[in-house]
Amino acid sequence: MIHAFEVLVTLKPGLSDPAGKAVEASLPTMGWTNVSNVHVGRHVRLEVDAATEAEARAQVEEIAHRLLSNPVIEDFRVLETSGGAS
Amino acid sequence: MAGSARIGVITFPGSLDDRDALRAVELMGGVGVPLWHGDRDLRDVDAVILPGGFSYGDYLRCGAIAGHAPILEEVTGFADRGGPVLGICNGFQILCESGLLPGALIRNRSLRFICRRVMLRVETSRSPITADLVPGELIEVPIKHGEGQFVARDDELRRIESEGQVVFRYAGPDGVTDDAHNPNGSMASIAGVRNPRGNVVGLMPHPEHAVDPDVGPTGGQPLLASLIARAMAGASA
Repeated sequence: MIHAFEVLVTLKPGLSDPAGKAVEASLPTMGWTNVSNVHVGRHVRLEVDAATEAEARAQVEEIAHRLLSNPVIEDFRVLETSGGAS
Repeated sequence: MAGSARIGVITFPGSLDDRDALRAVELMGGVGVPLWHGDRDLRDVDAVILPGGFSYGDYLRCGAIAGHAPILEEVTGFADRGGPVLGICNGFQILCESGLLPGALIRNRSLRFICRRVMLRVETSRSPITADLVPGELIEVPIKHGEGQFVARDDELRRIESEGQVVFRYAGPDGVTDDAHNPNGSMASIAGVRNPRGNVVGLMPHPEHAVDPDVGPTGGQPLLASLIARAMAGASA
């Protein structure tokens, strides 16, 4: 059975986020002066063929831990999507 | 005296500086041995260099996919046996991603790709590329990177400092480290670190681009000479 997931990878709080700062700095020039705390992360979609959702999720957690994120600088969250992936 | 040390240089898809590294090794009297990322064979080398570039397009994070390349298992075993390993720029990022070195490299503070010469202050002789240098010594080498800002968790940074694992810091011409001479915002001006055992070292600057007086500074010469000497010592041990 195919299980679809999304993995969100974000920089750990407190670490400098130059990409987020660059986005934040560009917003006032576009007229938005009320935006702060902008952070840029990474979004990965994947599908896993496994017997149960729990089994698939455990595998995705390991993939996210070992490859999709760097535990020194990043956190991740695994979300199951409703499928319908094309 | 036996033949010279065999220094392996790994080529990943997207490596750029592998040929310069091989050439620099040969200029300094070593034997350059090309290695391939997909192989599981280090061809009996006495030391391994992971060169600069953009391995696997640097997708996900710099060095992330290369950190799981087949040859990295061999490099890890080689390092566990005490073999000298040097990661330069992207090679440094790969060693951090594979867990052989502490910390991580993120986007430069300025968000700009930086290409220029810097001064490095040697912090320890306990690494394969500084064994013949003296702490406090200054060398001039180029940097060229967009993601060279060294970071580590607070506790890890304290451990790196207290264990003497910082090998190089960015410094001014007088040897002082300060914000003005920290090109990329690295924590504690760190340009290079080693593992606790002292046989694995990584740095963002490029010693292999600084060996030929016809084309620039020669600060890379003593580093590569030291690596070749360490490799020789290991080979004859």
